[in-house]
Amino acid sequence: MQMPRPSADILGRRASIVARLRALLPADAVIDDPHETRAYECDGLTAYRCPPLAAVLPRTTEEVAAILGLCHAEGVPVVPRGAGTSLAGGALPTADSVILGVARMNAVLETDYDNRFIRVQTGRTNLSVTGAVEADGFFYAPDPSSQLACAIAGNIAMNSGGAHCLKYGVTTNNLLGVTLVQMDGTVVQIGGPWMDAGGLDLLGLICGSEGQLGVVTEATLRILPKPEGARPVLIGFSANEIAGACVSDIIKAGVLPVAIEFMDRPCIRATEAFAHAGYPDCEALLIVEVEGSDAEIDEQLGLIRQIAARHDPVEFRESQSEEESKKIWLGRKSAFGAMGQINDYMCLDGTIPVSELPRVLRRIGELSREYGLDVANVFHAGDGNMHPLILFDANKPGDLQTCEALGAEILKLCVEVGGCLTGEHGVGIEKRDLMVVQFAPEDLEAQMRVKDVFDPDWLLNPAKVFPLGASETRRAS
Amino acid sequence: MNPDTIAVLRPETEAELAEAIRLASAPLAIRGGGTRPVGRPQTGALLETGALSGITLYEPGALTLVAKAGTPLAEVEAALAAEGQRLPFEPMDHRGLLRTTGEPTLGGMVAANASGPRRVQAGACRDSLIGVRFVDGTGTVVKNGGRVMKNVTGYDLVKLMAGSWGTLGVLTEVAFKLLPAPESAATILWQGLDSASALRLMAEALKTPWEVNAAAHLPDQRTLLRVEGFARSVAYRADELAKALAPFGRSVTLGAAETASLWAQVRDVAPFHDQDGDVWRIAVKPSESAALVAKAGGEALYDWGGGLIWLRLGEGVDLRARLGDFPGHATLIRASAETRRHIAPFPPEPPAIAALTRGLRARFDPRGVLNPGLMDA
Repeated sequence: MQMPRPSADILGRRASIVARLRALLPADAVIDDPHETRAYECDGLTAYRCPPLAAVLPRTTEEVAAILGLCHAEGVPVVPRGAGTSLAGGALPTADSVILGVARMNAVLETDYDNRFIRVQTGRTNLSVTGAVEADGFFYAPDPSSQLACAIAGNIAMNSGGAHCLKYGVTTNNLLGVTLVQMDGTVVQIGGPWMDAGGLDLLGLICGSEGQLGVVTEATLRILPKPEGARPVLIGFSANEIAGACVSDIIKAGVLPVAIEFMDRPCIRATEAFAHAGYPDCEALLIVEVEGSDAEIDEQLGLIRQIAARHDPVEFRESQSEEESKKIWLGRKSAFGAMGQINDYMCLDGTIPVSELPRVLRRIGELSREYGLDVANVFHAGDGNMHPLILFDANKPGDLQTCEALGAEILKLCVEVGGCLTGEHGVGIEKRDLMVVQFAPEDLEAQMRVKDVFDPDWLLNPAKVFPLGASETRRAS
Repeated sequence: MNPDTIAVLRPETEAELAEAIRLASAPLAIRGGGTRPVGRPQTGALLETGALSGITLYEPGALTLVAKAGTPLAEVEAALAAEGQRLPFEPMDHRGLLRTTGEPTLGGMVAANASGPRRVQAGACRDSLIGVRFVDGTGTVVKNGGRVMKNVTGYDLVKLMAGSWGTLGVLTEVAFKLLPAPESAATILWQGLDSASALRLMAEALKTPWEVNAAAHLPDQRTLLRVEGFARSVAYRADELAKALAPFGRSVTLGAAETASLWAQVRDVAPFHDQDGDVWRIAVKPSESAALVAKAGGEALYDWGGGLIWLRLGEGVDLRARLGDFPGHATLIRASAETRRHIAPFPPEPPAIAALTRGLRARFDPRGVLNPGLMDA
């Protein structure tokens, strides 16, 4: 993965840029010691690393505005960073860039149950947003796997999803308003604690723009009352295709589970060895969760049982207790950790039409054999958001490149069957060069024109999302 | 504007539409079904999308539908109903309120981001819209999003197009995620509550776990909550709500048929169809809405638990001047062309936002030929 060559001019002005940042901010908010900037050299995509010129950790919107104003005047690129959990390299710096981390901005600013919203500083972690309201019976719906660590800022940048978005939607469907600092330091309020932001949908545009249009410092989020209860079932199948057909039938039957998760045999085995969740030894399994009162749950699960029965499941396990529910989710939630124990892996994120599941899984199996790397599948089946995990050995020369080549083939396959490159992780640097597979030059041009409006000098996270060749003239100007 | 004296363009393919825009040397007034004449009046040649019609792809098992922008909404709703599915956001039909005729199209619905009572739970039109194809003001065809439910590949121009009223591009194809239609529905109804009590009732109802998916208070002092789903679940939740909200007074519970017709009236703002005056649409923090209406005067229909106010005022009254700053925004939806020339139908924007809006328009429609000025303050 290529990154643009750092500007010699900016590197030459390093000392004066740092001095000017220090003049704006408290002493502990500017990090330029090379030992300490290494903490910001990568995000969750650890294969790529580069320490930034400096990192700044503001505490207020005013400080963010001052930092951006200064970097704008100095012509220094800025890479915004939430918690640094991006799997796509969204927060990967270049040597000539300043990392702007919002981790210290984690306050709850307002909680309003009558109007069902919470306003937070965006460095707050996803799970702690729910933590702030759950004692009063509310929750914040988007729940990416990294929710313990990931920040709302990054959730907004990547339009994060999670396991429960089949029912509750993704970040953009739960975001009511933002305070956005533009690259020139201008602070704007978009939306607020009412529905529909008004005017052109700038809020929708900002969500998922990967930190390229501005830095979001505060967010107004929709919170929901917690359901009375929730209960998962685990259904085992003798083939991926059968599990896929069952997913489609459940959806067609009018049941809307909050989650339908899918794991294939390689993933089940690795997970079982790691987490001992007691999963059956089968080709594929689904975890289906429904919500409501006990009676409502019984009714929905009864229907799901009937549907599953038509597909000859090798196992249908309905949770009878809180403990059993936890155990059913344990394996799924440990899947990534389990894979990490046995191998290095690359996690893909393409989305496909649900009807294409069997065909795509079959083709992934073929590609896996062709490239000689194992692929385990664990994903959100209800909405077609796949997460093939390609296992490789980072210490083996050439393995990462083979893995990336296989990953590219799988993502091309997703696009070919009518899907997309990324369902919830974002493009970052990881899928940047594949954008031409999904988009015609005019499609990319339309998107880049949006960045031209918000950040005419292309200083905010400039080397992401768009193929470097496509954005080159803009970044150079 | 007299339709007999101006040119009408009616392209039959996306390529023809692109050509028509490329060749345009003067403003175009973009029209789907012509049922939503909102915003600054348009005087350009009519560009109609009605000939770009038909469902391109419908996969019930994937809960997705793709159709050309000129497809009549009724045709889509019939196709979905046949499979026991529906559009999640309950799009408003503007014909009664705006006294228009014609056939609402999917493209017009998206351009207006038309959403109904279920918006409190299921989101707006923009939340279910997952893909678009459109022609920008230079005649270039652009696609964004796709036909899958989760997609963060590149910027979300899908949302930008929803509610842009044909000012950034002319839609040629739109894709939606769908929901199963519920087996049953019920409405819990209270009579005679004043607006302050009704708003408190709705706020309490929306705080419960019983999945109220619509909450409205009508000018005749009826207060309505709706639940939908499997029959037994609907009965259970309606019962729990009536019990929990008993301090607000006795309620009655209405069945599925009455629920459907009642909420169609709320959705389409039926109480104002035969009444004179201008109609404003106000998005506001729900708890502020009673005070806001008291200050504004006029007659109000509260939807979205109070988060949306339909306000009927005398003709030509500048509501914004009356209200000053408030937490939300107001759009003038129904008024004479004359009034819409001197009162901005869309809310004025702070300078920094206005600069972004201007910048986007300049990029997507550099010659200013697509519904020029329609959303201008």
